[in-house]
Amino acid sequence: MSIKIENLSYTYAQGSAYEIHALKNLSLEINDGEFVGIIGHTGSGKSTLIQLLDGLIKADEGYIYYNGEDIYAPGYSLRSLRGKVGLVFQYPEYQLFETTVLKDVAYGPQNQGFSEEEALEKAKEALIRVKLPEKYWEMSPFELSGGQKRRAAIAGVIAMNPSVLILDEPTAGLDPKGRDELFDLIRDLHEKMKMTVLLVSHSMEDMANYVQRIVVLNHGTLMLDGTPAEVFSHVEELEQVSLAAPQVTYLMKDLEKAGFAVDTSVTTIEEAKKEIMKLC
Amino acid sequence: MAFIKAEKLKHKFVRRDEQGEVKDVTLALDDVNIEVEEGQFIAVLGHNGSGKSTFAKHLNALLTPSEGTVWVDGKDTAKDENVLDIRKEAGMIFQNPDNQIVAGVVEEDVAFGPENIGVPTEEIWERVGHSLEAVGMTAYRYHSPNRLSGGQKQRVAIAGVVAMEPKCIIMDEPTAMLDPNGRKEVLNTVHRLNRQKDVTVILITHYMEEVIDADYVFVMDDGRVVMQGTPREIFSQVDTLLEYGLDVPQITRLAWELKQEGLPLPDGILSRQELVEAICQLKSKT
Amino acid sequence: MLKDITLGQYYPTESVIHRLDPRVKLLATLMYIVSLFLFHDFVGFIVVTLFLLAVIKLSHVPFSFMLKGVRAIWVLVVITAVCNLFFTQGANTYFAWKFIHITDQGVSNTLFFTIRLVYLVVGTSVMTLTTTPNKLTDGLEEGLKPLSKIGVPVHEIAMMMSIAMRFIPILAEEADKIKKAQMARGANFEEGNIIQKAKAMVPILVPLFVSAFRRANDLATAMEARCYHGGEGRTKMKPLRYISADYKAYAVMVLYLAVIVVIRIFL
Repeated sequence: MSIKIENLSYTYAQGSAYEIHALKNLSLEINDGEFVGIIGHTGSGKSTLIQLLDGLIKADEGYIYYNGEDIYAPGYSLRSLRGKVGLVFQYPEYQLFETTVLKDVAYGPQNQGFSEEEALEKAKEALIRVKLPEKYWEMSPFELSGGQKRRAAIAGVIAMNPSVLILDEPTAGLDPKGRDELFDLIRDLHEKMKMTVLLVSHSMEDMANYVQRIVVLNHGTLMLDGTPAEVFSHVEELEQVSLAAPQVTYLMKDLEKAGFAVDTSVTTIEEAKKEIMKLC
Repeated sequence: MAFIKAEKLKHKFVRRDEQGEVKDVTLALDDVNIEVEEGQFIAVLGHNGSGKSTFAKHLNALLTPSEGTVWVDGKDTAKDENVLDIRKEAGMIFQNPDNQIVAGVVEEDVAFGPENIGVPTEEIWERVGHSLEAVGMTAYRYHSPNRLSGGQKQRVAIAGVVAMEPKCIIMDEPTAMLDPNGRKEVLNTVHRLNRQKDVTVILITHYMEEVIDADYVFVMDDGRVVMQGTPREIFSQVDTLLEYGLDVPQITRLAWELKQEGLPLPDGILSRQELVEAICQLKSKT
Repeated sequence: MLKDITLGQYYPTESVIHRLDPRVKLLATLMYIVSLFLFHDFVGFIVVTLFLLAVIKLSHVPFSFMLKGVRAIWVLVVITAVCNLFFTQGANTYFAWKFIHITDQGVSNTLFFTIRLVYLVVGTSVMTLTTTPNKLTDGLEEGLKPLSKIGVPVHEIAMMMSIAMRFIPILAEEADKIKKAQMARGANFEEGNIIQKAKAMVPILVPLFVSAFRRANDLATAMEARCYHGGEGRTKMKPLRYISADYKAYAVMVLYLAVIVVIRIFL
């Protein structure tokens, strides 16, 4: 399963005084099983891109091919696309509405056409996967804590068994422990359930720790595309578009300036530790 | 007496069912004793549910103690007659930028506080002008808040509090919903107010980087203050912090892990510069 | 983009009408509406038309904006016009077929009714096009102040109105986000009969209501933190003060209404 984007463009409020060119001629390929991070300053087109990938909005120009099929071809079911490409919005807990957690998580599978029993089964599997204990399943979603609500919301998307999972700032508003637990879950989904994962985030450190490939957007265009080490080596360019590299990368550059022979393509604490231990 | 003093503070949240019978009681604050001097920049750390937000709401009498006492500028928060005065002295900024802004035009929202306390019209205009200047939002005074970024909205909220000329600003996770640039904007603004206008700041947060520049830090867990000290003292105890579900700035973590591997680095390294210097020192000795 | 909805479609520009105190405009609109129901002959029609055209010209708002409101209700206008035309009894019948009678009285009624409706919409448009929603609520609050003496919570109502106006674009945007989130979970808002479509709205409405309540709660806390305690002792940044132009406008309105009344009684 792969996603191919060709010359994609999207403009908001076309023709009006508030016209915004969110995406300009973007081309990108995401391969099966990849774990990709998407970074960019606010307004760089990240949310537009993920909405386009899920068929929620239609591009003004360009093509999107999911597994070789043109999603804008007549007769292509965008609803079925949304079952294969799961999208978790920012603060997903704001979409919970059912009387019980279990029913809410079953909403997605039911929309896919599964019977009530089948949908509830899928919901239970998803809730187990997000490690939300059974005692919460029959409670109203509004009685859960913030972190638990978020897990329930993510379960609601996973229950649809998507091959691709897109997450928009999944750790927004969570405390450090919550952030760690959520990233462990995402890594789990990538490795054990073999999902292709696209992660939008503002945290360079998190990106460096988890993703294999980083795509940098700038004003609707593709600026950089590579491994974390490759992308974060372009420190000045990143800073020019209000982004940054992980703290440890800056540290390595500082050490290099101080005269030490270190590998400045380091992006995680682990790597930094090894380099510095080699020094001393 | 210290500017803010909490003594043996306890707070119970009681949940009742439809008949009014008590369903359960949560002890959100359990024997909290905190003192804050005027002009300080204080950080209160804690994971979600540690009681830090509950504590913050006691400081401007939004909540009153179940047991114990809280004094703000010598006034007891439990006494009704003190409430308005206390809220004039201790302003508060909340997490959600949109849900604090009342008016449809920036300058009108900044005026909301002064209007509430009966400031004469002429003086309101002066205060609004100065407040917007203090947060760097003068250029946006005629704008609708809807078109502003998160960081800008929070700055408008801060201006709205500053316009009431408080001695203290309490900030309850003000950057939780902002992007990194918005976070920087808000923190720079608040540090400037603290240094230049001598405003006492109490910052409730769980972003470790924001704590580094504080004068003093309180760490809360399960309704109690479990650690207190300068940022350096607090961040030296990495394993304790991890146990409390918190984290440390990346550099501090790295320094600590290096120390675990046997490198004789000093405790509580907070910045890149300090770490580089420490490593240089090590190398020069070998 | 939903953020840019301006309620009542305020048209920002400089004009005598724009600068008038909102209380004047509110009262004037009321008096104007009364005048619409008073005139019943050609002379009255001329006076009303001239007055309306003069006000429109003074407001510096393009005529096309005035017609926007009329476009919105054209169906209502046509239906009532047709009813008046086909079913009114009168002295002379011009055309009859089964139960439809087009009479002279019918034609006259239709004409006047249609004019009244169109003029009503255009006239109130002038008010909303030249007054910001905030100024309108200020005007209502000040104007209705006497009612607070008999226990009507005028200040609170005005505060609620202006807060509602501030949050409508925010909630509209949130509704859109929620809708997209549910679509991402396979929800279908396009197909289905009325009942299915109504059911499909639940996953949008429930989260929206919950969100609205949460916002209201947060906002109330924030307002209290900024010492809000009702209308007692509150001063204003932009208090409404009458200037000479306002008094002149009042005089013009009284004169206009007097003329209409005179025409009605004596002609």
